[in-house]
Amino acid sequence: MSGEESRGTGPIVRVRGLRYRAGAREIFAGVDLDFPRGAVTAVMGPSGSGKTTLLRLITGQARPDSGSVEFDGQDVAALPRTALYRMRQRMGMLFQNGALLTDLDVYENIAFPLREHTRLPERLVRHLVLTKLQAVGLRGAARLKPAELSGGMARRVALARAIVMDPDLLIYDEPFVGLDPISLGVVLRLIRRLNDTLGVTSIVVSHDVREITAVADHCHLLSGGRIVASGPPAEVAASQHEDVRQFMHGLPDGPVPFHYPAPDYADQARQVL
Amino acid sequence: MVAAMIRELGDSLQEALGALGRYALFGARLVAETPRALLRFGLVVEQVHNAGALSLVIIMLSGLFVGMVLGLQGFDLLQRFGSEESLGTAAALGLLKELGPVITALLFAGRAGTALASELGLMRATDQLAAIEMMAVDPVRRVVMPRFLGGVISMPLLAAIFSMIGLFGAQLVGVQLMGVDQGQFWSQMRAAVELDDVMEGVLKSVVFGVACSLVAVYEGYHSLPTAEGVGRATTRTVVISSVSVLLLDYMLTAVML
Repeated sequence: MSGEESRGTGPIVRVRGLRYRAGAREIFAGVDLDFPRGAVTAVMGPSGSGKTTLLRLITGQARPDSGSVEFDGQDVAALPRTALYRMRQRMGMLFQNGALLTDLDVYENIAFPLREHTRLPERLVRHLVLTKLQAVGLRGAARLKPAELSGGMARRVALARAIVMDPDLLIYDEPFVGLDPISLGVVLRLIRRLNDTLGVTSIVVSHDVREITAVADHCHLLSGGRIVASGPPAEVAASQHEDVRQFMHGLPDGPVPFHYPAPDYADQARQVL
Repeated sequence: MVAAMIRELGDSLQEALGALGRYALFGARLVAETPRALLRFGLVVEQVHNAGALSLVIIMLSGLFVGMVLGLQGFDLLQRFGSEESLGTAAALGLLKELGPVITALLFAGRAGTALASELGLMRATDQLAAIEMMAVDPVRRVVMPRFLGGVISMPLLAAIFSMIGLFGAQLVGVQLMGVDQGQFWSQMRAAVELDDVMEGVLKSVVFGVACSLVAVYEGYHSLPTAEGVGRATTRTVVISSVSVLLLDYMLTAVML
């Protein structure tokens, strides 16, 4: 389906000089990033550092103020609507909460992209859906409604849906949030296994340091609108950069202050009285 | 002071015109998408079930009671002029031309409209619309259009059912309870009600169906992705739909009289 289109050899996603503001707040102040083909790359950073915004820019849901985000050599922001949709068919995205369509059962959720983009016979659709469900260990849950699934199961169904069109790029937005240790382990292993067996590229956005460093080949750490560290997880973990140390070791105070900016305590107390 | 008031009035007017423009653009897009959406009629039928079939009980119950009240009030009024045999005509004209389309539209806005707006709002809040976009599917085409058309098709059907049940209610009270002659009730109605009267009601219910469905899908689709945003979209749907129906009713009546 889409694999034939992806014949490039450089990074599958290339970000250059990215600047982006949300209202008065500067999210990215000139960011350069590469996501190597075939690897699992983690994007880490404290809350509000722009991780999800970066995903929105890669998938064309937002446009940079300046700079470029390229997917397989194409400038995402410059793509017309039809080309953007064609590009998205080569991407699979796992949302933080799964984002399953609540009026459809598990089977129909996974069949959704196939029914929308192909005219495959029902027998083949069924085969593909069951294969993907088997890959995430939920073939037996095919007829359950999303409301009947646990958080971990919903995430795995969403993963099956994300891979059903055989994408070149899999994007995970905070895949570990709210999962129990067993579900977390399952999702963690699935990310690695799907990346290696399907030969895709994976981008995982997370702030779960321990989990993500166990599965990623490369890490980028975002802070204050810039990349403060890049490289293999062990290398990033050993960095002495102040932002990296605070994030990796979970220190309550540092470049990201514990206290939200406020007027002098004594002045404020007097005003209240 | 006066300058501030004028400025405030100007701002409000500008905001209202802007909102009207956004509605018009969204409506134009829905109209443009209609032929393509009708090709996937199965999706539309599903939404006719959700907006129409699931509203049947409330429409039928309301129709019955409105018809019964019409029978009572009509009988009381007509008796004063010694023309209670005209009750059938009065009830039929009242229901077909006014009460049927208007009350159905108000009930439709409260039941199906709010359901549509909150469903779309929740889809926005839970990233379902973003997920559909990420699967390279246009959410307006796949999600909004079938719901809009489902509403537009359901409204005239519900209004017709409302009027029929209402007539039955008026007959029940007028003939069975108050003793109006059954033959007079039906024959006078048949003689006085013309096709134009029926068509006036049909046209009104189609226009109200378009207005209520447009408001519901617009407000739901554009709601803020929070609990408060969904709540506000639902409230706005009822308020804007109801006011629009009453305003449009006056305009249509004035044109068609």
